[in-house]
Parts: sequence; structure tokens; C-alpha cells
Amino acid sequence: MADQEKKQYIIVHSAKYETTFTKKYLNRKVWVEPNFNHINSYIPGTIIDILVKEGQVLNGGDSIIVLEAMKMYNDVQMPFKGKILKINIEKGQKVPKNFLMMEIEPVE
Amino acid sequence: MSLKRSILDLRKRKDEVRLGGGEEAIEKQAAMGKLTARARILAIVDEGSFHEYDMFVEHVGTDFDMGSKVLAGDGVVIGTGTIYGSPVCLFAQDFTVAGGSLGLMHARKITKIMDHALKMRVPLIGINDSGGARIQEGVNSLAGYGEIFFRNTLSSGVIPQISVILGPCAGGAVYSPALTDFVFVVENISKMFITGPAVIKSVLGEDISMEALGGARVHAEITGNAHFFALSEKECFEQIKALITYIPWNNTQKAKAFPPKEPKTKLKIENIVPTDARLPYDIRDIIKSITDSSEFFEIMELFAANIVIGFGRMNGETVGFVANQPMVLAGVLDCDSSDKAARFIRYCNAFNIPIITLEDMPGYLPGVDQEHAGVIRHGAKVLFAYSEATVPKITVIIRKAYGGGYIAMNSRHLRADFVFAWPTAEIAVMGPEGAANIVFRKEIAEAADPEAMRQQKVQEYKDKFANPYVAASKGYIDEVIEPQETRKILLHALQISTHKDIQSPAKKHGLPPF
Repeated sequence: MADQEKKQYIIVHSAKYETTFTKKYLNRKVWVEPNFNHINSYIPGTIIDILVKEGQVLNGGDSIIVLEAMKMYNDVQMPFKGKILKINIEKGQKVPKNFLMMEIEPVE
Repeated sequence: MSLKRSILDLRKRKDEVRLGGGEEAIEKQAAMGKLTARARILAIVDEGSFHEYDMFVEHVGTDFDMGSKVLAGDGVVIGTGTIYGSPVCLFAQDFTVAGGSLGLMHARKITKIMDHALKMRVPLIGINDSGGARIQEGVNSLAGYGEIFFRNTLSSGVIPQISVILGPCAGGAVYSPALTDFVFVVENISKMFITGPAVIKSVLGEDISMEALGGARVHAEITGNAHFFALSEKECFEQIKALITYIPWNNTQKAKAFPPKEPKTKLKIENIVPTDARLPYDIRDIIKSITDSSEFFEIMELFAANIVIGFGRMNGETVGFVANQPMVLAGVLDCDSSDKAARFIRYCNAFNIPIITLEDMPGYLPGVDQEHAGVIRHGAKVLFAYSEATVPKITVIIRKAYGGGYIAMNSRHLRADFVFAWPTAEIAVMGPEGAANIVFRKEIAEAADPEAMRQQKVQEYKDKFANPYVAASKGYIDEVIEPQETRKILLHALQISTHKDIQSPAKKHGLPPF
């Protein structure tokens, strides 16, 4: 019955089809809802400067981090008016892609 | 100098060039399982048919002490030959000479043979084995690449262009193969990437080997950049020679016809196709039961295996097959399978190869990843490719033809010439399960036993719509056929389509959703 266990199914329009998966399908990225209160690195790089402190309140568009990537200084900005809750990075740190650099919360 | 002495002098000069980068470099090449540039060409073309040109071309670099260096043939071999009697133009980069690096004269040799191939309207085969641009020649190397890419584009759809990756092919160099029709790769030998592991590590901190980043398997299975995967150079050369037999010399010709042969396997629907539309089978068994000698030359076998593409012969003539594969991902259309099918359809159309479509698919692959990857624009390529194609287009619906998939897979509505269906075909806006859930939602919800009611309604829908006769009653299907008649009817349809001539509105070019 080992064969039975290996069977894979795909559901299209409520019908369940017996089939096999491709490696690429198995490795597909599962979607997670984005958290807008997380400032993630959108590119891997090095933290050149941190321009804010925890607890500070800033306007949308204010610069908060300088991230060097691909020989460029990238200006990371506040996406909206908000407060810096937690800083997870230090100057000089190398961060991979999608690293949670800061946590923020909106301020009215 | 006497004539005899000048002949001896000529031979000596040629022998020197033929030695490429020298014996030591050749040994190194052999240790990697690689043949030399000339040996590769000789392994592909008919014996005694190869003629080399531009042997005495010298590089023109002067900076960084390059002036004093001699590079045999400037690291590339060009020439003409035949494969099973068909003429081809070839170039092969010689890794033993300065790592096969591309300088101005190296590029001039390549563009010379490319121009020749286009002028003579014969296929071009390029063997890539190069460390990349010759840094010492600076912007001249970039100019060289650009002129190659331009010619690739100009020749596209006029002459078949084949790229063989037998070594590194990195940075800008990858774009010439990417612009050509068919790319061949060999395990442990081919390496293709834009940015190599060293740069990726220094910039991004990601540690990956060349093979895992851009090896043969990666391109054959994941990226879809390669069309043919082989375990050795020898196997790769056999694949190239086989491909040449299926395609014409250029876009005004038809592929060479072979003596007609009956299939070896006899079509037995009850043995291949399960009547339960939810159970899988290998669509290639159906193709092989239709084609001459039951031969099927599959293209991109490892990439997006939920759709099968490739060449077979019908009554001795080349035909392109596009077929859903229920055995993999239920045969759905998704981003990758759409790209794969669309490009092949356009290839067949450009080179006068009739297309036979075998349909058995439940629809498009559901999922956020698919939607966000752009399954809309990718899927649209299939519609575009089928709609614009003017070669004979014949469809056989084997089982499921649901919804958008029914339209996309060369339906009557996209100007199919013939649409046949097996009696097992189900042509409907969606499968019975999904449709019943929507149409009879109220009845099911209000029933004392909703599940029993659901089953009953699914059956009702199945009886009424899960067949080919509703579509046949509208003329969308030309004929419902018995499975064992398939080959006979396809042969007839192909015969009738031999002189097909239709005109589309004049335009520069359409705008497929690239």
C-alpha cells in the first residue's frame, strides 16, 4: 500500500484529480498575509545607518534606515505616520532578504 | 618558395591553429568530460562534410600586454557542414584558447557565420563554452555580444537556431542562447547564469554551487531555459541530429518527409485512458499510438511536465504535438506550462509544422502563487499563439475540456481547422462537481440530506453536460470519433490541410503578453 500513500491529488473546481506533483509545485512559495507594521529588508545588504530610536514617532516618508545593497545606499522610509516599537538591527549588520529590521505601529 | 613548400607551410599553419590552446589545455578540457571545439563539431556533422573558415583570424587587443599574445583562431571555430545531408552553419567556442573569451574578432567570426546562415537560409548551430567577455578588450566585447544578439533576433523565425551549452555561458553571453529556438544542456558540463556564485556570495551572502545555481538540470527542470537535457556530450549530439531531422531548413520550406510507417503500438482506449475523468494516465502513450513508428521526440521533458510538447511524424511528415498530461498536476495549465506550449506553437507556426492538440485538462491551477506570478498574462500567451497560428491546427478532445482551458486548447473559436472528440469527452464550462455546487446551490443547501442531494445533482449535471454532444450540437466539434479511428482521421485531416491558405490582417507584428 506504499503506492497508495504516494498518490497525490489536485482539486480544481471541487473535483479531486489523482496525479503527481512536480518538484517546483512542491517548492512553491506559500502566501502569507503581509504585516504592514513590519519593516523588512526588500533586498539583502548591509545596515549603514539607523536614523531613529525606539519609541520615536515619525511621519510617513521620514528616513529611518540606510541600507547598502548592490553598491547603492537605499533610503528606507516610514510607510505611514507611526511609532518605532522595536529595532532588530545594528550598524554594520548584514541582513538577508525579508529580514525583520524594525517593528512599528501607526499613530493617529 | 616552391609550391610544395608553400603547401607544407600552409599545413603547418593550420595544424598550429587546430591545436587551439595547446596540449595541456586540451587535457584539462578532456578531464572535465569535454571534447574540444573542433571535435564537437565533427561529432555533430556528417563525416568529411565540415569546412572551417577564418582559421587565421587574429585578435586585435593591444591593452594589458595582449598585443604580444597569440590566440589560435581567436578562440572560436566557425564553418559549414551537413547533418544527414542537410546543410548547417556552425560555430564552437574554444575554451582552451583564453577560456573561449569573446573579443572583437571572436565575435566577428561568429557574426560572419550567422550572416552566412541567414543569407543561405540554413540552420545555425552554436556551441557555447566561454568564460565570457574578454575583459582586456573592454567595450569591444560588449559590442560583439550586442551584434550577436541582434542577428539572433533578425534570424528568429527565418532559420532554425540551435544553442548548445557545453561549458560556462555566463553574464551577457546567456542571452544569445535565450534568443534561439532550442537550447541543449549536458549534466555537470553546462553552466548558465547572469551572476555567478562568487558575486552572489559577496553581495547577498547566499552560498550556492555553480551546478545548483545554473547547472543543466536547473535549466531543464526549473527555469525552462533549456529544451534538451543529456547526461553526456555524446547523447547531446545525438539529440541535436535527431532534432534536425524534424525541422525544415528555413521558414519557406517544410521539414523533410520520411517514408510513412504504421505505429508500433495499437491504440486501446480501455487500456490507456481511464473512463473516470479524475484518474491519471500518460498522454505520451496516446501520442505514440498515433505517430509513425510510435516515435515521439519530446521537447522540454522535465520542465512543466503538466503539458507535453514535441515532434512526431504522421505519414512521414513532421507534426508538432501539444498535449495536456493528466499524470502531472492533473494536466492543468499554469504559468510555466502556458509559456512552454505558447512558444512551441509559435515555433511550429513559424516553420510550417502542423499542430495536433490533444486535450484532457480540468482548467487552470488554483493558488495565490499562480495568480501573483501572473497566470493571466502567461495563460493569455496560449490563446495568442493558437489564434495567430495559420498552420494546420487539429484538436482531439480526449476527456476533460473545461472552461477557459477548453477555449485555450485550440478550440474552434480560435480558428482550429478540425476539432474531434472521443465519446469520453466532457466539454463544459466546468467539471460536474463544481458546476452542480453553483447551479444547484439552493437545492443542496435546503435538502434534508445536502450531501445526498449534491451527489444527485452532480450526477444530473454529468448526464446532461459531461459529454461531447452538447458541443457537437452547436457545431463546435466537427465529429465525435471512436478512439481507434484517431490516427486515420488525423491523417485525413492533415491531408486535407496540405494547401491551407488563410490571411490575417496585415500588421508589423502582434503584441503577445510577453
